[in-house]
Amino acid sequence: MGLWNVTLSLWSGFQTTLLLFFLTLAFALPLGLLISFGSMSKFAPLRYAVKIFVWIIRGTPLMLQIIIIFYVPALFFGTPISTRFIAAVIAFVINYACYFSEIYRGGIESISNSQFEAGQALGMTKSQIFFRVILLQVIKRIAAPMSNEVITLVKDTALARVIAVVEIIRVAENIMSGGLIWPLFYTAVFFLLSVGILTLMFGFLEKKLSYFRA
Amino acid sequence: MVALNEKVVLEVKRLSKKFDSSDVLKSVDFTLEEGETLAIIGSSGSGKTTLLRCLNFLERPDAGYISVRGNALFDSEDHNVSKKDIRQNRLHFGLVFQSFNLFPQYTALKNVVLAPELLAKERKDYKANKKSVIEEIRNDGLKLLEQVGLSERRDYYPHQLSGGQQQRVAIARALALKPDILCFDEPTSALDPELTGEVLKVIRSLAATKKSMVIVTHEMQFARDVADKILFMDDGAVIEYGKPEDVFDNPSSDRMKKFLERYNSI
Ligand SMILES: Nc1ncnc2c1ncn2[C@@H]1O[C@H](COP(=O)(O)OP(=O)(O)OP(=O)(O)O)[C@@H](O)[C@H]1O
Ligand SMILES: [Mg+2]
Repeated sequence: MGLWNVTLSLWSGFQTTLLLFFLTLAFALPLGLLISFGSMSKFAPLRYAVKIFVWIIRGTPLMLQIIIIFYVPALFFGTPISTRFIAAVIAFVINYACYFSEIYRGGIESISNSQFEAGQALGMTKSQIFFRVILLQVIKRIAAPMSNEVITLVKDTALARVIAVVEIIRVAENIMSGGLIWPLFYTAVFFLLSVGILTLMFGFLEKKLSYFRA
Repeated sequence: MVALNEKVVLEVKRLSKKFDSSDVLKSVDFTLEEGETLAIIGSSGSGKTTLLRCLNFLERPDAGYISVRGNALFDSEDHNVSKKDIRQNRLHFGLVFQSFNLFPQYTALKNVVLAPELLAKERKDYKANKKSVIEEIRNDGLKLLEQVGLSERRDYYPHQLSGGQQQRVAIARALALKPDILCFDEPTSALDPELTGEVLKVIRSLAATKKSMVIVTHEMQFARDVADKILFMDDGAVIEYGKPEDVFDNPSSDRMKKFLERYNSI
């Protein structure tokens, strides 16, 4: 197998990696916000329930969560989750939403209460205050920890191979079993390029938001 | 009520507020007439900020009555009144904070027009007249910035403005919703002494246009000059309430005398 063919096979695996990455972000970013609202709720039972849930998700290995989500429905209800890939997406979304929720919570709580009150005194609704006043200040403050988390996600996608999702590392392993070892090292290039692009994008975001101070 | 004084814009009766078990407001009464300026003075911790926050419904009073132009907004004895929409109640009042609290991501002009724009969206005819409504709000905003002397700073962000300029934008922002009563909580205490003048000048000009105002301040000379009435609070209660010359020159209470002595000795 030559370089070109290896690149093509790895790329097909990397498409699965990217799909897992983008689907996780698309669902975990908003879900994390909802969870963070729950963890700040004035209604104590909800707040504690959410905090315990976040503790469990952050306190156990993601790999274990992937395995549980894939196998447990099959064990208990006899119907496995339709595909391995979807099971992986669900596990990643739940796991990352919990991490994001803690970042959101820290960001929201760091905004001075006087910003909420200024909005209230101007007759704004709670959601207007959140979306028009608070959110952008929060995004500015959490850009750095978020970029960390998102970069980690790119690499964590490799965990999906425990339930035999054929992402890039799995493809490289398959090639390796045919006797070629270097494609496994070659996968690093794909990750490095993606992380490089993400780093540039987050740098751009931070620059975009540097026009104000908060 | 037939004999209701038509000139009364704000009426506050028996207003009380507890935090935990300490009485922060003890049955506060006062009235404000149309176009009057009321200055509230008193030592630290006497409850001045809490009183303003109750008026702006940022804090819920435990008991009492608040009405604007004879229209009850809060009445601890009348269930139906207490159920009124807090947001609608807030629109009767504007509030200028000690620490300005401008929105950092918006320009001076956007700070002024944001709330009116959001409010306009709730109007039924908004969609049909969107362009002209937004245009009108923008023109009003520009006029307000002109009124506070900041026309040429309209595109500056808060961090590019001095404290005095920020506070003047905050005043324009509070005026943008055309509140019946404009409240100030120590509008100059966060400012360097050389910047207080420009803010006080704007407040003076508002008093001259007969805007109804309630001003919490530590600037005694300013209170004396600009206010039609002075309210002196101590430990959550109204101790003196009257014309500036009476309150400052002939205080009837020992507490007011002590307060003035302390103030004059600084
Ligand atoms: N949210 C709160 N919880 C508990 N106590 C409070 C709260 N807000 C104010 N207090 C207490 O209420 C009292 C009055 O406070 P307030 O801020 O109204 O005083 P003030 O007259 O504005 O003082 P200053 O001149 O220092 O601004 C103080 O004893 C204060 O500690
Ligand atoms: Mg105060």
